[in-house]
Amino acid sequence: MDAIILQILNGLDKGSAYALIALGLTLIFGTLGVVNFAHGALFMIGAFCAVTLQRILNISYITIDDTQKDFLGNPLKVESPYVKAWFGEDFGAALIDWSVPLAIILSIPVMLLVGYIMERGLIKHFYKRPHADQILVTFGLAIVLQEVVKYFYGANPIQTPAPGAFTGSFDFGVLLGFDPNVIIYPYWRLVYFAFSAVIIAAVFAFLQFTTFGMVVRAGMADRETVGLLGINIDKRFTAMFGLAAAVAGMAGVMYTPILSPNYHMGMDFLVLSFVVVVVGGMGSLPGAVLSGFLLGILQSFASMNEIKALLPGIDQVIIYLVAIIILLTRPRGLMGRKGVMED
Amino acid sequence: MSNSNFTRRGVIKTGAVAGAGLALPTIFTASSAAAFTNEPTGGSVKIGFNVPQTGPYSEEGLDELRAQELAVAHLNGEGDGGMMNTFSSKALQGNGILGKKVEFVTGDTQTKSDVARASAQSMIQKDGVIMINGGSSSGVAVAVQGLCQEAGVIFMAGLTHSNDTTGKDRKANGFRHFFNAYMSGAALAPVLKNAYGADRRAYHLTADYTWGWTQQESIQASTEAMGWSTVKDVRTPVGAGDFSSYIAPVLNSGADVLVLNHYGADMVNSLTQAIQFGLRDKQVNGKNFEIVVPLYSELMAAGAGSNIEGVYGSMNWNWQLQDAGTQAFVKSFGEKYGRPPSNAAHTCYVQTLLYADAVTRANSFNPCAVAEALEGFEFDGMGNGSTLYRAEDHQCFKDVLVMKGKENPTNQYDTLEIVETTPVAQVTYEANHPMFGGDEASLGTCNAG
Amino acid sequence: MFGLEKQDSRLLIVVAILTMCAPFILNPFPAESALAQFNAGYPDLMQRFVIFGIFAIGFNILFGLTGYLSFGHAAFLGIGSYSAVWMFKLLSYNVVPALILSVITAGLFAVVIGYISLRRSGIYFSILTLAFAQMSYNMAYSVLTPLTNGETGLQVYSNDPQYLKGDGPDVTHLFGFEMRAASELNIGGWTFDFSIGYYLSALIMLASFYLAIRIFRSPFGLMLRAIKANQTRLNYTGISTRPYTLAAFVISGMYAGLAGGLLACMDPLAGAERMQWTASGEVVLMTILGGVGTLLGPILGAGFIKYAENIFSKINENVLHSWFSFLPDGLESAVVWFFARFVGEGWHMTLGLMFMLIVIFLPGGLIEGGQRIGRLFKGKSASNNPPAE
Repeated sequence: MDAIILQILNGLDKGSAYALIALGLTLIFGTLGVVNFAHGALFMIGAFCAVTLQRILNISYITIDDTQKDFLGNPLKVESPYVKAWFGEDFGAALIDWSVPLAIILSIPVMLLVGYIMERGLIKHFYKRPHADQILVTFGLAIVLQEVVKYFYGANPIQTPAPGAFTGSFDFGVLLGFDPNVIIYPYWRLVYFAFSAVIIAAVFAFLQFTTFGMVVRAGMADRETVGLLGINIDKRFTAMFGLAAAVAGMAGVMYTPILSPNYHMGMDFLVLSFVVVVVGGMGSLPGAVLSGFLLGILQSFASMNEIKALLPGIDQVIIYLVAIIILLTRPRGLMGRKGVMED
Repeated sequence: MSNSNFTRRGVIKTGAVAGAGLALPTIFTASSAAAFTNEPTGGSVKIGFNVPQTGPYSEEGLDELRAQELAVAHLNGEGDGGMMNTFSSKALQGNGILGKKVEFVTGDTQTKSDVARASAQSMIQKDGVIMINGGSSSGVAVAVQGLCQEAGVIFMAGLTHSNDTTGKDRKANGFRHFFNAYMSGAALAPVLKNAYGADRRAYHLTADYTWGWTQQESIQASTEAMGWSTVKDVRTPVGAGDFSSYIAPVLNSGADVLVLNHYGADMVNSLTQAIQFGLRDKQVNGKNFEIVVPLYSELMAAGAGSNIEGVYGSMNWNWQLQDAGTQAFVKSFGEKYGRPPSNAAHTCYVQTLLYADAVTRANSFNPCAVAEALEGFEFDGMGNGSTLYRAEDHQCFKDVLVMKGKENPTNQYDTLEIVETTPVAQVTYEANHPMFGGDEASLGTCNAG
Repeated sequence: MFGLEKQDSRLLIVVAILTMCAPFILNPFPAESALAQFNAGYPDLMQRFVIFGIFAIGFNILFGLTGYLSFGHAAFLGIGSYSAVWMFKLLSYNVVPALILSVITAGLFAVVIGYISLRRSGIYFSILTLAFAQMSYNMAYSVLTPLTNGETGLQVYSNDPQYLKGDGPDVTHLFGFEMRAASELNIGGWTFDFSIGYYLSALIMLASFYLAIRIFRSPFGLMLRAIKANQTRLNYTGISTRPYTLAAFVISGMYAGLAGGLLACMDPLAGAERMQWTASGEVVLMTILGGVGTLLGPILGAGFIKYAENIFSKINENVLHSWFSFLPDGLESAVVWFFARFVGEGWHMTLGLMFMLIVIFLPGGLIEGGQRIGRLFKGKSASNNPPAE
């Protein structure tokens, strides 16, 4: 029982990550109809916003300490961050400690801008081109973005810890009457789950309850008619692209304490996020979220030792197996619309 | 097509027929059938450095590349000579190898067996290299070693830690300076016993491929030999990213030590997440819960940052060693690149020097002569103390370092500290040890092409 | 000729001449010159050109004709390779049984995967094929290690049974002709390699190409194009399209299996990475890059990507320094720094930029580039004379 509860927690957490990534992808892929292979790269750029802020906060002045030696035997150069000098030792240290959550503030404008430039500069010209061309151009773009990040940050994963206040884990088991230490879950993952829930809700509310969202939804359903009504749908689609990029970026920022970012992380998520979106059904935002959570939970269950003992390696293929089963039983995924990306 | 021995470039004279057919003015065919693959004929000799330059291990590959370039400079008499000054064999003169200037070509393995072989093939077929060095994964090492055996060139493995490389997959043309999983286990076990006691229950998370399996097997055997028990061995997918589903059940399993048989980004992530779960702050069976990472590297330590504090692991070599060889190497590497070398870099540097030295002592580039010179070769002054290249399996035997993540690092390179230098006798095993292919494993015969 | 239209015969002949003369064409620079770095005429790479050419030709039969975008074709490549190596392990190093088995197993897998995946179309089809391929890759890498030798890759060991080997050669061969056997021709400063492995692969590629032309021009090919144009209309006219798409899927799977088998014949090691999604993606990129639905395009695309992977990745800073040593010091460092971003460790950057530039400026892929150049010179269409690899 405790193992199952634990894996449900894991699944929800994994699922919230999948759902968040898939949400941004659905906005672009499922609705604008652009196969965006650079979506993983957007996630990665978001993660590197956190790294960048961490670097900025750690910009240091150098003092030479003669009492210590560096690896070549020269006097050690001691680095002290400027923020500590400016804002005092304690507040400076707190700023550095909180760099990941603070990076959200940095990531939103950066990602909106990246999304805007991408759409205006490149994607716009590919709405009417075949999917094959979209794949090639966005894949090329993803590689280029990846290489640029690699040039500046190297290929090694970079540690971006969560604020000290969130280290350690919360003991759920005690709440539910289990022994201590049976069901524990890290605070940061709980934060991530809550954060995802808020973002997902916000995106839905935006599309559901604002006029802007209504027009966009109409545009997704029938772009031509909306255009004929004299609405500049292109402009709104650009905004949607920016929004999708921002969602992907924020997902990336918050994920960095869980997964140390490296330049390659976008590609690692790319395939998975496409599977999540398609299983959810093309053109459906709730479908993407649902499928994210479903796949996350099933994957967690498949990782249980009892199940692995029965079916070795099941945890490695479960996502794909489920995808096959769902697509065979439900022709358009969980909640897909008819005719979207079916030819 | 009369010669049955034309398995490489630079062999056969078909000039007459082809030339007549093409009616080209001048035709020079290869002067004579070479004695072995890519026999160097001019004033220079080419060696190939095949390392990952793209993908997750590219940072490590680039560090290997730096060290290899440094080795070439030293061989050619440039720079301060580095370890050539401390090397116990004095055959190398700083005038290249056998008076031939050393040139090198580089390739990208992408840490994929297929690609690494293609890259090695191009070095052999196109560039005419006489030796291939480097690499950052056991799968790649075994694959390229097999290729070099077939093609008739020497392979000096870079970072490869699986028992198989000089175990069941050992080859006459392949040599490994790096230590292996068995040695990690043998070196770590006594230290772990001292630190954590003889009555511990270990839970293994193991990367689900051959290297992970051999390491898990080795660590389990050596820790069980000193009294630990093994609660469970869970295989995790490579590149899983999120290991939470595997870490979550650990605390409730009755285990009080978690062994992470992961490498690279997997290790960084699994360790970071295990720390995030607060495992090291917990008490199980009345003891502090501990984590062990059997194979460390500097880059992984840098990636995991403060999470490795107090975590034990092992290494082939570390720049903080105080012997003359290490100091000479760190000085010359540090002055050129502004950073201390990694242990992968060290291995690649040493392998290049060892190869050059063997050629010089054998007075021949013939891979079989070189292999003979390396087999049973004992040397010192290369940073690991007295070292033996064992003839039976082409594995180097030397001291192994047990490391611990440093509690209060003073700078970005100061991430690990040396806990103990395990003497070579303690990590030595029989060449026909069951973990190394048993009696069936054989080097085969040397192939000169 | 061979039942082909005049234009197709001409295309086939041009391709035949180009592949037969590839050792010359791909080695345009003298071996000792600085530009020899760009020579691609060594056996291993030439073999890869034609083998991945076969893979792409086959992929194009499915994608180019029917429009079904499979994202899991690498699975068949891997299955072909594994079958071939198993034949080496069990029978002998002769490539004939290996190739036959690899085509058959890949075909069988294609029937199963195709039958299931083709129940859906569009993106749903793509994800189904992707899922099958990723499952194969993950299993091959870990759980199925006894069958595939996992991370290291399946290879032949000296203690394998090899029942039919007798005293045959210890390397892959075609009735005694060793695949690795090569002869070298030195003319002036130039060096040309002729390897048996390459010519065998090239001949098989030509045969595959010929077959592809026949398929493209047959009523069956026409039907496939009709499916791409409007499948619904075909269904309404009472034609069941499934048998046609399945046939195309299986044919292209068999092409992939053949390519995989050939890869193993040239170098008897089959790595699991061959089945990874990146490998599936690569053949998609090859086809699009060259020109979807054209006969020659996929081969060009395959050559282009393999060239970048093998040639650009090997240009390191030392090489660059030797090229630009004539420049003044400061300028040299700057120029070398700039180019180093695109070669060696930065070769992915070149690949990414080329993808973008080609798709932006040459919507029809490389083949369109060739046509434009052709038009520029001739003032009329000359579809089959782009600079070929």
